[in-house]
Amino acid sequence: MSERLVEPPAVWAEPQGRSGVGLLVSRIGTFCLVELQKLRHDRSELITRAIQPILWLVIFGQTFSQIRAIPTGGIPYLDFLAPGVIAQSALFVAIFYGIQIIWERDAGVLTKLLVTPTPRAALVAGKAFAAGVRSVAQAVIVILVAALMGVAMTWNPVRLLGVVVVVMLGAAFFSCLSLSIAGIALKRDRLMGIGQAITMPLFFASNALYPIEMMPQWLQVVSHVNPLTYEVSALRALLIGTPTNYWLDFGVLVGSAVAGIVCAAALIGRLAR
Amino acid sequence: MTSAIDIRGLGYSFGAHRAVEDLTLAVEQGECFGLLGPNGAGKTTTIRLLNTLLPLQTGDVEIFGRSVRTDTMAVRRLLGYVPQQLSIEGALTGRENVEWFARLFDVPRRERRARVDEVLDMVDLRGDESRLASTYSGGMVRRLELAQALVNRPALLVLDEPTVGLDPVARDSVWRRVAQMQRDHGMTVLLTTHYMEEADTLCGRVALMHRGALRAIGSPADLKAAAGTGASLEDVFRHHTGETLDETETEGEKGGLRGVRATRRTARRLG
Repeated sequence: MSERLVEPPAVWAEPQGRSGVGLLVSRIGTFCLVELQKLRHDRSELITRAIQPILWLVIFGQTFSQIRAIPTGGIPYLDFLAPGVIAQSALFVAIFYGIQIIWERDAGVLTKLLVTPTPRAALVAGKAFAAGVRSVAQAVIVILVAALMGVAMTWNPVRLLGVVVVVMLGAAFFSCLSLSIAGIALKRDRLMGIGQAITMPLFFASNALYPIEMMPQWLQVVSHVNPLTYEVSALRALLIGTPTNYWLDFGVLVGSAVAGIVCAAALIGRLAR
Repeated sequence: MTSAIDIRGLGYSFGAHRAVEDLTLAVEQGECFGLLGPNGAGKTTTIRLLNTLLPLQTGDVEIFGRSVRTDTMAVRRLLGYVPQQLSIEGALTGRENVEWFARLFDVPRRERRARVDEVLDMVDLRGDESRLASTYSGGMVRRLELAQALVNRPALLVLDEPTVGLDPVARDSVWRRVAQMQRDHGMTVLLTTHYMEEADTLCGRVALMHRGALRAIGSPADLKAAAGTGASLEDVFRHHTGETLDETETEGEKGGLRGVRATRRTARRLG
């Protein structure tokens, strides 16, 4: 076959593009930029999505602070809760990200994206970290609200950068979970149902609202395989200084994000058929 | 000279439904080639096979000598693609939509701005580039899609029924630009349509597909002459299939419920 290779008409000839890691980084950057551009044009979703986490902090957080029913190791309950609510708001953004890909499929945008010189893993990684950008924007609002409510959080820029990384990694995994379900469910209604069915169990089966030690044994097992637990642990350690094993937290978050990207990349092609 | 598109023995099935059956044809470089047929004829499946969206089952496709099966990324770099559905991101401006695809096709940063300006000029959208694409009219959306498809300077422009749902003025506007770009830049154009008169005007050659198989291929003039004096491409279709276009609307992959919904959605969004 090699002797038959020809160049396209010279006037239209395009030099070789990126490949490998350069291509992956470029695509992630491109999709994150597009997400930022969308956010710049329409911030209403950020505001409407902020309502629920604010309710968790204001109503649930303040009420349980009064009751003192949850042992938090000497930390005010609101301080304990705030990182959990940040993780929860990022989870909610990411877990319904698959709906966007189904909309893009229906609108023909996905078809066009899949015809660009972008390997599916790079496309999924781009989408996953774009969900991360949106989640970080959401997390910033929750952090500001928590600060206004008197939560004693760090303002150390290195730690805050760590928070950004943790939220991005968590959102990458949960958006890939959503994209994978989209690749299986194929329809928006089904994905909505599945998303609603798994979101709250993921939230409750983590250490976002209460320490793992309070849970029944079977729920502790679930909690230990739930990446949200490691996201909350890392956020809590970074923001309010509780002890954690960063290697374990980041290891689980990076591992689950990579596994999620591989899984979603394998399934996303089903949406184009 | 190697063909722009070389399709050999192409076949594809969706379960028990045979969407494309032993299709063999070649499109020469610089040609404007039309794939014609009713919904469900296999046109869109053929397009999706040659633009790498669907994996090849049987047969082979080469684009400028590059195998679709083994040289996927190289093939994609040669393509510009406008799908049947409206495929712009309404939450971005016109310019941002084009820049997005310039980045995805690795247009070098130093050239990107000029390249985006160039294609927006080509489709007469420079004055509206800062507006959100969701505020564009149907014809403007299609022109924006053309700009997206052209920003990587494709050797092969693939248009899948790009005028569905457009009014005659907008349809004419889209086709005028396609014809001009094909003439000016020597690009190869592959288009599908079921508007026979459009293919008649634009295409140097057409292939007539029916129920997944190739029924006739040639220049519109030759095909019409073979079908009889004063024949139209509609008559050519009837001559080769024994049916009218309306009779052949099938529940095939694009003619099925999903395809019809997509077409209606496109038409609705175009207003």
